[in-house]
Amino acid sequence: MDFSEINIPILIASLIVTSTPLILAALGELVAEKSGILNLGVEGMMIMGAVSGFIIGVETGSAFSGLIGSAVGGALLSSLFAFIVLVMKANQVASGLALTIFGLGIAALLGHPYTGIAPPKFQSFSVPFLEDIPGLGVMFFQHDFVVYFSLIAAIATWYFLKYSRKGLILRSIGENHDVAHSLGYKVIATRFISIIFGGALAGLGGGYLSLVRVPQWTEGMTAGAGWIALALVVFSGWHPFRLLLGAYIFGGITILQLNLQAIGININIALLSMAPYLATILALVIISTSRFQRNKGAPKCLGVSFVKVT
Amino acid sequence: MKILFKIITIISALMFANIGYSADMKVGFIYIGPPGDHGWNYQHDVGRKAVDEAFGGKVETVYQENVPESADAERVMTQMALSGADMIFATSFGYMDPVLNVAKKFPKVKFEHATGYKTADNVSTYSARFYEGRSVIGHVAGKMTKSNTIGYVASFPIPEVVRGINSAYLAAKKANPNVEFKVIWIFTWYDPAKEADAAKTLISQGADVIMQHVDSSAIMTVAEEAGVYAFGQASDMSEFGPNAHLTAIINGWAPYYVQRVKQAMDGTWKGGVQTFDGIGAGMVIIGKMSDKIPDGVKKEAMAIADGIASGNMHSFTGPINKQDGSPWLKAGETADIGTLLGMNFYVEGIQGDIPK
Repeated sequence: MDFSEINIPILIASLIVTSTPLILAALGELVAEKSGILNLGVEGMMIMGAVSGFIIGVETGSAFSGLIGSAVGGALLSSLFAFIVLVMKANQVASGLALTIFGLGIAALLGHPYTGIAPPKFQSFSVPFLEDIPGLGVMFFQHDFVVYFSLIAAIATWYFLKYSRKGLILRSIGENHDVAHSLGYKVIATRFISIIFGGALAGLGGGYLSLVRVPQWTEGMTAGAGWIALALVVFSGWHPFRLLLGAYIFGGITILQLNLQAIGININIALLSMAPYLATILALVIISTSRFQRNKGAPKCLGVSFVKVT
Repeated sequence: MKILFKIITIISALMFANIGYSADMKVGFIYIGPPGDHGWNYQHDVGRKAVDEAFGGKVETVYQENVPESADAERVMTQMALSGADMIFATSFGYMDPVLNVAKKFPKVKFEHATGYKTADNVSTYSARFYEGRSVIGHVAGKMTKSNTIGYVASFPIPEVVRGINSAYLAAKKANPNVEFKVIWIFTWYDPAKEADAAKTLISQGADVIMQHVDSSAIMTVAEEAGVYAFGQASDMSEFGPNAHLTAIINGWAPYYVQRVKQAMDGTWKGGVQTFDGIGAGMVIIGKMSDKIPDGVKKEAMAIADGIASGNMHSFTGPINKQDGSPWLKAGETADIGTLLGMNFYVEGIQGDIPK
C-alpha cells in the first residue's frame, strides 16, 4: 500500500475526462426537461452519437468532423422523439424508452462494419504557457477542446436559462404550458428546439466516448452512461453548476476507487462503486422533502403532453 | 364473432404449417453482451454458427443478446422454451440459478450452462480451463515487462477470475522473480469506458503489460495508444492494437457445441455432466504470437502450452502457499479440481484482497 504510487495530476486529469461525456449529455437533458420534456432516450442518443461520430471521423479522417457528426447523429435521432411526443402526443416515458432501445439497435447495425478500426487521432488543445505549470498543467491545461467546451456549455446554459428572455420563456413553458400558450409563446416549437439541443449534446457526449475516451467503436459501448446522465439532472436539482459538481464527484469516485485498488488498499469496492447511485437516491429524498419543495427546480409540466385547447 | 373465429383458424393453420416446415431441432443461445464485442460473446456466437453449419437445415439456432444475469434471464429462457427450443445454451456464470429454475419447469428441454457448477437431470455445465492459457501468457508477460509491474483488469471476484489471476501470477513470477501484480476489479463484464479507465489507471501507476479478464477490446486500444503491451481476451484482438497485442487466449466453443447438439439429436445427451476442458481438447487456444516477443520467449511459452496440453505440466504445481503464507500445495503436488472450481484465495505474493 503505497499512496505515492498514485499520480495525482493524472488522477485529476482522468476524472475530468471521465466526467465530460456525462456533463454534455446531462446538460442537454437539463434544457429539455426545463422546457417540460422528459426524454428517457439519452442512452440511445448517446450511442447514436458515438456511432455516427465514429463513422464520420473514420470516413473523413478528421476527429473534429467526427464530433460534429456525432452531434448531428444525436440530434437526428432526437428529432424522431420530438415528432412522436410533440406531434403525435405520445407518452414521453414510453417513447423515451423506445428511443433508447431503437438507438442501441440501429447503432449496432450502422457500426457493424466499423469495429476494429482506429479512429483519427484527436489533437489535445493545450493552453499556451499554462500547460507548462508543473502538476496543474497536466491536470487542467492539456485537455482536448471538448473538455473546455463542456465547461463553457454549462456556463452558457446557466446564463441562458437564468438571464435571457428566451430562457425565461423556455422555463415558463416547462412550468405551465397552457398559460405560456395563452400568452402567445410557441410551446411546440420551443420544445422541439430543446429536444434537438438535448439530442445534439447527448450525441456529442457519445462521440467523445468513441473518438477520445475509449477510442474505438464497440457495440453497446455507452453501457448505461445515459442513465447516469439522467440521474445527474435530478441530482443537480436542474441547475447547471450543481450538475457540473455532480458529474465531477461521480467521475472522481470512479477514478479514485480504481487508483485505490491498483495500490492494493483494502476497501469495500462494491460499496464505493455504489456510492454515486446512493448519492443520487439521497439527493432525491432530500429535495422531495417539503423544505426544499419550493426551489427544487423540477418543472411543473415535466412529462406532460401539450394539447392545444382553443 | 365469425370473423374472429376465421382469424383464429387462419393463425392456427399458419402456426401448424410453420411447425411442419421447421427444422428437426431448435437450439437457443443467450448472451450476456452483444456478439459484436469481439470477445467473450463473439466466440460463443462463432460456436453457434458452427452448429448452424454442421447440421445444415436440420438444426435451427436462435439467440438473444444483452440478457442481464437476473430474472430477465429466466424470462428469456422461458420464452425460448415456450417457442419450441429443444436445447438452450446459457453462456454466462450468472445465469446459473435462472437456468435451474427454468430447467425445472421444462424437463424435456436440455440446458447447457457455461462456467457454472450446479447441474440437474436436464442441466449440464461446461467450462474451459482458461487458467491454462493464463500460464502461457503469464510467462510472456513476466518476460516482456520492463517496469516489473503487470496490470490486471478483473471483472467479478468469482473463482474463475481468481484462478486466472493466480495462474498468471505464478507463471509470471517464475519467468521474472521481480514481477508485481496490480489488480483492479471493475464489477462488470462489459463496459468499454470503465475498462479503458482501469487500464489507464494501471498504466499511470507504472504497469507496462496489461492483462484482462473483461470482455471488450477497449483495453487493447488504450494499450496501443500508451505504447504498452496487452493480451487478447477470448478472441484475437490484434486489429485493435497491432503493436500492443502480444498474443491471445482464444475460447474454442465450436467443437463442444457441435458435439453436444449431435448428442441431443441422437439421444445420447446426458444431463448432470460437468465438462472442464483446456488447451489439450482445443477449448482454450493460444493465439498467434507477436513479432515483438523474442524467439526464445516464444519457444518457452509454446513449451508450456504443449506441456499442459499433454498433461505433463499443470498450472498449479506445488510448492505453492496461499497469500497469508499458509501452505496449499506440497512440492510436486497439483491442485485438485474442487479447489480450482471454488478458488477464493490469492496465492502468496499477490498484494491486496479479493473483494467480498
